[in-house]
Amino acid sequence: MIGGIDPALLISALMVASVPILLAAIGELVVERAGVLNLGVEGMMIMGAVCGFIMAVQTGSALLGFVGGALGGAALSLIFALLTQVLLANQVASGLALTLFGLGLSSLIGQSFVGIRPPSTGTVPFGPLADIPFLGRVLFRHDWVVYASVALVAATWWMLKATRMGLILRAVGESHDAAHALGYKVRKIRVLAILFGGAMAGLGGAYVSLVRVPQWTDGITAGAGWIALAIVVFASWRPWRALVGAYLFGGITVLQLNLQAAGARIPVEYLSMSPYLITIIVLVIMSSGRGKASLNAPASLGKNFHASR
Amino acid sequence: MKRRTLLATAALGLGLAFGGSASAQGMDKVKACFVYVGPIGDLGWTYQHHQGALELVETYGDKVEIAFQENVPEGADAERVLTQMALSGCNIIFTTSFGYMDPTNTVAAKFPDIKFEHATGYKREHPNVSTYNARFYEGRAIQGHIAGKMTKTNKIGYIGSFPIPEVVMGINSYYLHAKKVNPDVELSVVWAFTWFDPAKEADSAKALIDQGVDVIASHTDSTAPLAEAAKTNGAVIGFGQASDMADYKPSPRVSSIIDNWAPYYVKRVGQLLDGTYEQVDSWAGIPEGEVEIGEITDAVPADVKAEAEAMRDAIAAGTYHPFTGPINKQDGSVWLAEGAVAPDGDLLGMNFYVEGISGDIPK
Repeated sequence: MIGGIDPALLISALMVASVPILLAAIGELVVERAGVLNLGVEGMMIMGAVCGFIMAVQTGSALLGFVGGALGGAALSLIFALLTQVLLANQVASGLALTLFGLGLSSLIGQSFVGIRPPSTGTVPFGPLADIPFLGRVLFRHDWVVYASVALVAATWWMLKATRMGLILRAVGESHDAAHALGYKVRKIRVLAILFGGAMAGLGGAYVSLVRVPQWTDGITAGAGWIALAIVVFASWRPWRALVGAYLFGGITVLQLNLQAAGARIPVEYLSMSPYLITIIVLVIMSSGRGKASLNAPASLGKNFHASR
Repeated sequence: MKRRTLLATAALGLGLAFGGSASAQGMDKVKACFVYVGPIGDLGWTYQHHQGALELVETYGDKVEIAFQENVPEGADAERVLTQMALSGCNIIFTTSFGYMDPTNTVAAKFPDIKFEHATGYKREHPNVSTYNARFYEGRAIQGHIAGKMTKTNKIGYIGSFPIPEVVMGINSYYLHAKKVNPDVELSVVWAFTWFDPAKEADSAKALIDQGVDVIASHTDSTAPLAEAAKTNGAVIGFGQASDMADYKPSPRVSSIIDNWAPYYVKRVGQLLDGTYEQVDSWAGIPEGEVEIGEITDAVPADVKAEAEAMRDAIAAGTYHPFTGPINKQDGSVWLAEGAVAPDGDLLGMNFYVEGISGDIPK
């Protein structure tokens, strides 16, 4: 116990609290590595939240709910792909529109699902491992999505770093003209990346409505998508750093509530703003350190590609 | 400039005259409008207000038309919504959250012949503004009693929304009655700074549970704290807030405070119809049926249940007031002497914790 707070409980709580932003951030990271800036993460998350919820309630299966969430997020991102990759619309404006559209649409289709309890997502049975002091509490008592989110980080890291697919993706993001000259289908690769980003954001959203809150209400993601976007920059487009960023943010969010519950004599207002404050501070430190963060950005980020140019 | 002021004054006077005569004669048809802070499907606060609104149509049929807007942010946006409603022909507008207090009074000044009713506030700056509230603290006393008896860890929790008198009153009442039956009890308060944000409410509940709290009362609008408590398989219990939240019976929801606004809404719109409407400051509770105690489930032992019900009946009969002295303030100074009952004025401006609660109320 430190200051009345049990570290094991805190760590296990922060792992759970970070899952939605982590999943969305990993998706967006891949999208941005392909040179596309999709600011519609919040919209895709909430579509995932509502689609996942409806699917889970209708089928009675949490697993199918997550599939539904991923499909919902991907479906919305398809609109973005159409706008920016086929019609060559401005990415920033399209992304913002996507968020607003997603918030409205989710509220419409979720109307008859308010106040229903979804099927529960069970914890993974680790048997005796769960009883190990400290480690058992921290590592072995979560639902499968927590483990899946970490596995997805590892898979994304490996894909970007060690596979041909990752190399092509990065090439498209660094210089779409060069990639095009080499014969890679820039537009196709980017559309696939956008769909992946949408599916991941959708998964993150579904985690909010199926596990973290377990219910559907309007605006349930409450800005998590924007935090995911900040984490991608924070991570300087590297998967493992995104994990650190998500856990840091989730950790401070959980810590401030725990400090309150433990009766720490710190004014609540400071605690409430602390996650955002820390994010800003870290972003400032990162980008001042010899401009590393900005150097790391994919060179073609946010630029539209047209083969005739 | 002067002429404009003069005209405005004249118009105001005219409006007052017409408004006055209209209410004296009654009306054939009333359009009642409601401003909600959350969605009507929150199954809590807003849901209950909407049930009251629906009851109007049930009671008066064709003579009443209702209109409502959900998810209206407190503050400047509310003013826009209120003006819109006033212009669209509403005769009476119910604003159902504390944060609508100033917007309600501002807009009421511009539309003197429209009646405004503000829930849980205390400002009546114009003759057409009434306020109404419910004595939720009476229900909190019963919850506190159950909490004190039921806690095994001797830690009970309260999720506060905003540090306003209504919430502070609830915290004090809850703590006092838990302490009365369990001197070892400790109270943790988490301020969520929101009325409705299920994710944050769930996180707050989780933080309390992680701190060893096993009875959680919430003063926010959604069922999320109960959903979080439900994950503990019965180790943690809680209460339905504003609405019965019967989906979580028999545990974690062991009882509830139900806000029953329907009688008040029916009465006020009825008065508007028959011309007896007057400005009021209404504060009803368990005796009037505005605060109801939801069924105490079998998760609570029979003797505790009986005691809680006895307290409810005593409050209903007017023989027991939840704030009866001796009660000291947090700093040890005397608030109520032995046998003294808290005056309503003290309660409505309550900005202090009672003795025994640790921590400060955020300013």
